[in-house]
Amino acid sequence: MLDGFSAELLARFQFAFTISFHIIFPAFSIGLASYLTVLNGLWLWTKDETYLTLFNYWVKIFALAFGMGVVSGIVMSYQFGTNWSVFADKTGPVLGPLLAYEVLSAFFLEAGFLGIMLFGRERVGPKLHMFATAMVAVGTLMSATWILSANSWMHTPAGYSINAAGQFVPEDWWKIIFNPSFPYRLVHMVLAAFLTTAFVVAGVAGWHLLKDQTNTAVRRMFSMAMWMAALVAPLQIFVGDMHGLNTLEYQPAKIMAMEGHYESHPNGAPLILFGIPNAKEKRIDYAIQIPKASSLILKHSLNAPLAGLDTIPDDEEPPVAIIFWSFRIMIALGFAMLGVGVWSLWRRWRGTLYQDRWLHRISIAMGPSGFMAVLAGWVTTEVGRQPFTIYGLLRTNDSLAPVDAPAVAASLTAFIVVYFFVFGAGTFYILRLMSKAPGAAPPDLKDGPTRTAGITPALQIKPDILPGRN
Amino acid sequence: MAFDLAFIWAGIIAFAILIYVVLDGFDLGIGILFPVVKAEQDKDVMINSVAPVWDGNETWLVLGGGGLFAAFPLAYAVVMPALYMPIILMLLALIFRGVAFEYRWRTTRWKGVWDIAFAGGSTGAALMQGITLGALVQGIEITGRAYSGGWWDWLTPFSILTGVAVVTGYALLGATWLVMKTSDDLQDQMRRYSLYLAVALLGFILIVSLLTPFLDPVYFQRWFNLPGSILSGVVPALVALAAWHLFSGLKNHAHQAKPFLSALSLFVLCFVGIGISFYPHIVPPSLTIWQAAAPDASLEFTLVGTVILMPLILGYSAYAYWVFRGKVDPKEGYH
Ligand code: HDD
Ligand code: HEM
Ligand code: HEM
Repeated sequence: MLDGFSAELLARFQFAFTISFHIIFPAFSIGLASYLTVLNGLWLWTKDETYLTLFNYWVKIFALAFGMGVVSGIVMSYQFGTNWSVFADKTGPVLGPLLAYEVLSAFFLEAGFLGIMLFGRERVGPKLHMFATAMVAVGTLMSATWILSANSWMHTPAGYSINAAGQFVPEDWWKIIFNPSFPYRLVHMVLAAFLTTAFVVAGVAGWHLLKDQTNTAVRRMFSMAMWMAALVAPLQIFVGDMHGLNTLEYQPAKIMAMEGHYESHPNGAPLILFGIPNAKEKRIDYAIQIPKASSLILKHSLNAPLAGLDTIPDDEEPPVAIIFWSFRIMIALGFAMLGVGVWSLWRRWRGTLYQDRWLHRISIAMGPSGFMAVLAGWVTTEVGRQPFTIYGLLRTNDSLAPVDAPAVAASLTAFIVVYFFVFGAGTFYILRLMSKAPGAAPPDLKDGPTRTAGITPALQIKPDILPGRN
Repeated sequence: MAFDLAFIWAGIIAFAILIYVVLDGFDLGIGILFPVVKAEQDKDVMINSVAPVWDGNETWLVLGGGGLFAAFPLAYAVVMPALYMPIILMLLALIFRGVAFEYRWRTTRWKGVWDIAFAGGSTGAALMQGITLGALVQGIEITGRAYSGGWWDWLTPFSILTGVAVVTGYALLGATWLVMKTSDDLQDQMRRYSLYLAVALLGFILIVSLLTPFLDPVYFQRWFNLPGSILSGVVPALVALAAWHLFSGLKNHAHQAKPFLSALSLFVLCFVGIGISFYPHIVPPSLTIWQAAAPDASLEFTLVGTVILMPLILGYSAYAYWVFRGKVDPKEGYH
């Protein structure tokens, strides 16, 4: 099936495939863990049972998504070695400690308190349960911090020297961790995770509002999600712009590809809204563009010169078309999210937030938008770094493990089959949970460990205190 | 022997792997034993006995990999491609058993499918870990800074033997864990299985121990020359002691935890034995701890965090076990 491809291409495809699956789950579980902490906190504080109903509703979905995140993540941590062993040897002294800190400060925290969060409310009491829930959320954020520091270092390496064996050797940990692109990438990604979760919650709420506008729990979660959209979407656009300016400084070739600037523009570069990148002729066909606007955005001056890909040696150019498109997908989704946020503010002001059926329909359609934007964003970032794994210093084709192409072809095929089967089933179960309104009777199943049982002396919450359950 | 950063790190990684082996050992063992238990309710009890802790257990595997990447990048870079197939298969197996914990509660029609995934995934992961161990003991071919063997080198009768041995060992850990965590019929059944598994495991330990010194003259020297030869007497004696405790714990039905603790000590002893064979290599037969170590700046930086965080991790992990202590009550599954 995969004959004729080089081991390098196969390994790249395998990495892209497995990480793209992996990031879907963190993007959701980082946001959801924080949301659950807020819900649980509000329940303890206000004693309003709506919050508990929502907590119990989302915690089951969280358990599924988190489990998928964990198993797909373990694959990632071994793939550096199996497929990119030269990379691992050379960057281990710098990246290894960052990943080790991630394990020590984040993964253990998540895993250690997850059991108590899911099964332990009755056993440890509300205060410790709250603490455990918060620790899981803190763990997911710590995890994002360390891994994004490592990833950012690969884009904007700093604080290192190179030893006789060709390894990157740490000189200044502060500079390594807080490398130039890290703060922007961290903020942008964490906001992306919050937006992703907000739009999933909004989509589920929209679905149930279309059927029943009176369910308090559904109304509450719709309102919360819409606040997030209205507040975080503009913030994200602002942060994304700053991120872009930072990239212009450190990885100009990536920006050239994102903007579709094959040529240099000595006095004012146009902003290309749409067009078809033509790699052979090195130009954008059918470009629709706003003159000088790109210079305005990137340099804050209409006539500022901007260099194009003609200034970059051909063997250091990233593939333009992918980046050009993925960047536009992300931007379009970002503005669509902003649109939903603004619309909701308008409806909220008019007092018709729960009655506007079009807003609910749009919310359903936008449910997966966060995942799509996250994937598009990462593709922009990572493909834009090509042909390097450590920007400007280590090429992708020099990072490869000495593994034969048939071995990689076999593992790639296995990953594709297993991931679609396993994560397809998981997605189906999540959608099925979502299709029931919060507070409604659970599906006709023996209750799983999420609220049981087996391990807890009684139901975590007595069914009869759940509104709408009897 | 130099007591320096690289040595300390070799100790930390060894510790992480040992903790992983005993902790995930028993919950993989439960998966291995899944097919022999017929009653639905017993299966639920088995899986619930580890549901709150399995994720924490598996994190030690991530620490093993991540720690190796941080402290011994060269070893990580050599071992992973050499063991490409078993590692990838282990990861795939872990996916199946990991998701089964949640999935089997979310469906009635496909519950059987996820039960098979749980059992197959657990057994596959254990087998691959054992094969990995055997392949490492056999030695890995290195030229320059890279693996230079083929992609099937790991597959030998010896590695298959260690693979089956590890499956047996994990099943024993799982069975004795269940003796501790369950009651009535299931407990009796596991007591019986523990006995068979213990006999089989001791047989495997004996065969592997007899074969190992002949795989490589270095191992032979280690075990039959001073100072190693002192230990060659002590370790087997302790193994015999642990085995005796295990059997007496299984015979006397008043003992709940003793079989599990004895099985754990068997694992610890085998691990010490392997450590003696390996030292001073991290990847036999040629890569030593010091050749593979990251620069001191990396080792120091990571050590500071480890010294601070490791006690905390051990503390709250122990607390999580404490919260879910005691027998699993089967009736609780049916509210
Ligand atoms: C922005 C965040 C982010 C990014 C870019 C990545 N991860 Fe991840 N990862 C998480 C955020 C996360 C998380 C939120 O901490 C997870 C996700 C789902 C989960 O449930 O925990 C997790 C789980 C997770 C696990 C399982 C942890 C456990 O046992 O509990 C491992 C080993 C990794 N990841 C490793 C990686 C590697 C090697 C990556 C890069 C190639 C990577 N992750 C990218
Ligand atoms: C989580 C979100 C991420 C996504 C969606 C993502 C996506 C991708 C994609 C699509 C590629 C392939 C580019 C190409 O080959 O043209 C790639 C390459 C790579 N990424 Fe990422 N990445 C992510 C995070 C990370 C992180 C956190 C790291 C390291 C700490 C990392 C390390 C690498 C490496 C080493 C490569 C080179 C291998 C290759 O070119 O395929 N990535 N990534
Ligand atoms: C519309 C406004 C947005 C702008 C101007 C923007 C800008 C950017 C830029 C310039 C990058 C590449 C940075 C680099 O590689 O150096 C990027 C990456 C990324 N974007 Fe956006 N973005 C926007 C909206 C969004 C939205 C709505 C999401 C998700 C909900 C998102 C998620 C991501 C992710 C996950 C990455 C990859 C990680 C990173 O480099 O931060 N972006 N974005």
